[in-house]
Amino acid sequence: MIGQTTAEELHPMDKWLRSGRMPHIWCPGCGIGATLHTWVRALNKVGIDRDKVVYVSGIGCCGRGSGYLNVDGFHTTHGRAIPFAVGLKLAKPELCVCVISGDGDLFSIGGNHFIHACRRNDDLLVICTNNFIYGMTGGQLAATTPSGSYSTTSPYGNIEHPFNTPHLADAAGAVYVARWTSVHVRRLEKSIVEALKMKGFRYIEVLSPCPVNYGRRNKFPKVDDMAEWFKQSSIIRNGADTSEVQIEMGKPLILGNFVKRLEKPSYHEAMKKLEEKVRGAVAVKK
Amino acid sequence: MGKTVLTGKHFWYGDIAIAEGAIAAGCRFFGAYPITPASEIAEHISRRFPEIGGVFVQFEDELAAMAAILGASWAGVKSMTATSGPGFSLMQENIGLGIMMEVPTVIVDVQRGGPSTGLPTLTAQGDVMQARWGSHGHYEIIALSPDSPQEAFDLTIRCFNLAEKYRVPVILLTSETVGHSAGKVVVPPEDEIELVYRKKPKVPPEEYLPYEPDKDLIPPMACAGEGYAICTTGLTHDERGYPDTTAEAQERLVRRLNDKIRRHLKGIVDVEEENMEDAEVAVVSYGQVSRPAKRAVEMAREDGIKAGTIRLITVWPFAEHIIQKWAEQVECFIVPELNYGQIYLQVKREAAGKAKTILIPRMGGELITPAEIYRGIKKVSKK
Repeated sequence: MIGQTTAEELHPMDKWLRSGRMPHIWCPGCGIGATLHTWVRALNKVGIDRDKVVYVSGIGCCGRGSGYLNVDGFHTTHGRAIPFAVGLKLAKPELCVCVISGDGDLFSIGGNHFIHACRRNDDLLVICTNNFIYGMTGGQLAATTPSGSYSTTSPYGNIEHPFNTPHLADAAGAVYVARWTSVHVRRLEKSIVEALKMKGFRYIEVLSPCPVNYGRRNKFPKVDDMAEWFKQSSIIRNGADTSEVQIEMGKPLILGNFVKRLEKPSYHEAMKKLEEKVRGAVAVKK
Repeated sequence: MGKTVLTGKHFWYGDIAIAEGAIAAGCRFFGAYPITPASEIAEHISRRFPEIGGVFVQFEDELAAMAAILGASWAGVKSMTATSGPGFSLMQENIGLGIMMEVPTVIVDVQRGGPSTGLPTLTAQGDVMQARWGSHGHYEIIALSPDSPQEAFDLTIRCFNLAEKYRVPVILLTSETVGHSAGKVVVPPEDEIELVYRKKPKVPPEEYLPYEPDKDLIPPMACAGEGYAICTTGLTHDERGYPDTTAEAQERLVRRLNDKIRRHLKGIVDVEEENMEDAEVAVVSYGQVSRPAKRAVEMAREDGIKAGTIRLITVWPFAEHIIQKWAEQVECFIVPELNYGQIYLQVKREAAGKAKTILIPRMGGELITPAEIYRGIKKVSKK
């Protein structure tokens, strides 16, 4: 009987879950759960101590994730997950600080923080569940909504151009950039494992279905239509030029591990080096 | 390692005194965005922190700086930011988060003339109500206002102590005049500086509830990486830190967030009263205006007018019991301030018709002179 089974026996990843918080708020067909599951599998694989994992999120469907996992979880304000995480990580560098948030949170209201954290090379793993829409508030246009798509605030079709977020991260100086989807869980897991072992600003975009607020208005009426789209239309091209991975309806979705820079020091490393230099100078002066 | 506490006598600008006060208080994370007239604080800390092992980050904007100091505090490190009006406006968002998550941190607002870009290089006291109510929702805040570089140093330390004790963001509400005035600052020996640290949980992680308060209404604070699997959110939440967006949870949480300050009002509020024993006229002031106010009262006393001063070192929470008490004795409160009447309205409310309340306003740009305040005293006194 389920009632007599311990959480560990139910599922090997359940130790990462605050089971008391279930059921979660996410809709059937949503990709956030699969993404978080993949993230904890990767943490487990790398062998990171659960007490040292910090999950910072912003606002939106994905923002709620930090409250569901059994790690230090910080559900912050809209768009500010990255700077909050920057402060936390620099103040306690031994922690594994991850920001997992949505496209609206990271690229509209939080866009400036994203590019500056890439530029400084803050020591963070940032995972964006990009579902092309503002899901929680009912399906409004996002900075990632493909041109021509319908939303509750683009009822005649989107006249704007979406961000190509891997290209943005690459151009701003992120040291690791990848894109997968929430149905490519094995490859996503490998990618997260690789990123977890690196330092500096690492960015992984995870395309994620939102059947309720994107799919049903955009010719993906059934709950698994968007997942099917990801499976059928994706091409894996590791090392692809990020300027060529823009998402356009009717064209293939380019996935892969695009960027890996090993030479750029993280902000924390640069800061420590500066400290040494300054203290050396202070000692000489004395 | 460089020296952390610079014990001795110094000739410092107010802004430098604030930076050194923060260092003496144990602040080791500073995040800010450059802005006149607060930039000297960031400049000074950027020079000092690498010597003593603190984290200095110049952020992309004040939204980020404010978010980052909350994150740093959750990592167990005392943190601070410094700004002026336009940046202070941007910080209101995450000041609210700091209130809701109960995060000890310090925000320095070196006030300049507003609204908007206003008078970047000139003084004002226009942010008093923004300090009080700038973020949305109903909350209590602590704000202290120094009148000199020495007090800027002392009160910065007190800001940290209050923040740690009550688990709240605390505002050092200073101004261009104090920030850019140089004066003697005496830094005491390190062991004579009293420092307060946040309460830590006394129970193991499995029994710990991050928002279960003690009798004093303040919950002990576990920090990130300590094994407590903290759950915290800007949403209305229960004792576990889990979102609970019901009217009952809102009532319980928001009432406590306000009461934890209101119930400790007398321990938080600090005022300086001079010549009040027989006073018939009281000049109520705060920050740099306290200095001309003192001089004006001296001039009035020379004329035989029974005038005194009440200086609000703590601007928020408001010293309501002090004003209520003196309203029984004085005939008139005179409130000189560098705005069009912000603390004036508070004084008037607490005077409750028992004493007259008169405003001497100035929109900012320059200080009110002793002569102007003296003329005000003269007008209301019988002599």
